[in-house]
Amino acid sequence: MSLHALTIHELREKLRGGDVSAREATQALLDRIQAVDGKLKAYLWLNAEDALAQADAIDRSGIAKNGKLLGGVPIAIKDVINVDGQPCTCASKILKRHTSVYDAFVVQRLREAGAILLGRTNMDEFAMGSSTENSSWGVTRNPWDLERIPGGSSGGSAAAVAADEAFAALGSDTGGSIRQPAALCGCVGLKPTYGRVSRYGLVAFASSLDQIGPFTKDVADSALMLRVLAGHDRCDSTSVPQSVPDYTATLGQGVKGLRIGLPKEYFIDGMDREVDAAVRAAIKKLQDLGAEVVAISLPHTDYAVAVYYLIATAEASANLARFDGVRYGARVVGEDVIDMYGKTRGAGFGPEVKRRIILGTYALSAGYYDAYYLRAQKVRTLIRQDFEKAFENCDVIVTPTSPEVAFRIGEKTDDPLKMYLSDIFTISVNLAGICGVSLPCGFTKSPRLPIGLQVLGKPFDEETVLRVAHMYEQATEWRKQRPSL
Amino acid sequence: MADDTSKFDVSYVAYLARMHLTDAEKENISAQLNDILAYVAKLNELDVSQVEPTAHATPLSNVLRKDEVQPSIDRDKILKNAPEQARDLFIVPKIVE
Repeated sequence: MSLHALTIHELREKLRGGDVSAREATQALLDRIQAVDGKLKAYLWLNAEDALAQADAIDRSGIAKNGKLLGGVPIAIKDVINVDGQPCTCASKILKRHTSVYDAFVVQRLREAGAILLGRTNMDEFAMGSSTENSSWGVTRNPWDLERIPGGSSGGSAAAVAADEAFAALGSDTGGSIRQPAALCGCVGLKPTYGRVSRYGLVAFASSLDQIGPFTKDVADSALMLRVLAGHDRCDSTSVPQSVPDYTATLGQGVKGLRIGLPKEYFIDGMDREVDAAVRAAIKKLQDLGAEVVAISLPHTDYAVAVYYLIATAEASANLARFDGVRYGARVVGEDVIDMYGKTRGAGFGPEVKRRIILGTYALSAGYYDAYYLRAQKVRTLIRQDFEKAFENCDVIVTPTSPEVAFRIGEKTDDPLKMYLSDIFTISVNLAGICGVSLPCGFTKSPRLPIGLQVLGKPFDEETVLRVAHMYEQATEWRKQRPSL
Repeated sequence: MADDTSKFDVSYVAYLARMHLTDAEKENISAQLNDILAYVAKLNELDVSQVEPTAHATPLSNVLRKDEVQPSIDRDKILKNAPEQARDLFIVPKIVE
């Protein structure tokens, strides 16, 4: 098997045994990227010389051989997470020439674990979107069908991992931005519990919803990555000081006796028939493996998209106020300072970001705050309580990740509401602050496109989520499928 | 709440957001936001008079730490990203007369 096609745990064995050097692993990816990224456009920035220099330093130090969790493994980073000395544009014109001046907490963790910071992946501008079409630098293509979107907002990370252009990649998930592209590209995407992973160094979109997580080729790698990323950070006051279990150690414990909740609100009319059938077959498989299925209800599911688009845009309108042409980013000169702000932001932000800033500003404005923002926060409580009640009767919840497979480029760009509704199965998870993973559970027939299974867990119970996902994955062959490029 | 969408004044909101919009953008965003506001009006179906709001999902509140001096980011590095700078300062348009 070619080096670029390996999982992290397979590559690690070769690195530790000395069969492969960090330089060879990095070069294999660079060759792969050279061969296929012209078609996919998953990467926004890559510096081969810098990546190879990092690899050489790791080879010289010998840390790839002494058991560091990611010693010698190159990792791709979504263009919204700061890596000291590398560009960070958030796929926005307003940050076109921005260079990061510090490492995000997760990047410090990756470096400590011996990883190579390979390059920057494409995304929807400021992580706002579900298709990566909102990138200011062009759309990323789905590796399974180049005429289709890879999902979003972390579409570049998902496409890179699915196309073996990265062993793993980091993404961020505010309303599904890791899980939905993972589903649409056919890889594994994990959104940890809110507070599990520090957000320090992640450019903020909606601070009460954002969470960083990994894209990987299988569930074992997802567990390995979470072990590296998770933990308390004094620079993020919402990161939770709770011990980090060894997620890899409990993967093999099976699902016998576990109760799997099926929310009736997630098996709806209008869902793609092949998606519905694949998810039902996956549930049957989990039953065969010894899990017990229980019917549950999440009665406020239907309100989640409305709550999300008020809370996320309100928080975004405040967070993006920092892009004003003063301390960093582009500046457009105006008649006075107010005019400079207006021109800078008018020229620097793309259409979706503008739309959301306007909606968020409106929802927070005098006279409308109670009617929109406060009411949305109250309904958020009801959604959170739905999950608390549901988890009294089950250990995990299993649903489709997305009601449909990858759609065509341009299909939904004129209808924001339709685009927003493609996140209906992922959004509640961020509102409730719980954890979830998406993994492949089948393909549509024609065209052949991946289908995602979502496994959701209680707060800080990533162990059980990963265990269920791993058991299903190992009992099926989906992870071995690769797009032909 | 959506009864008010006819009053939605995109120019005023754009001013609040300190963000210039072209006339075409204003027209486009107004039309789309009217649809979105009509959609979110479904939240009015619920009685939330007895419900506390959720601001975030962590069990933490009032996180404190010791006020200790810590190393910070190098000033020159930060200023390199500034649109305009001189003598270790950000240059901005005149604000007070």
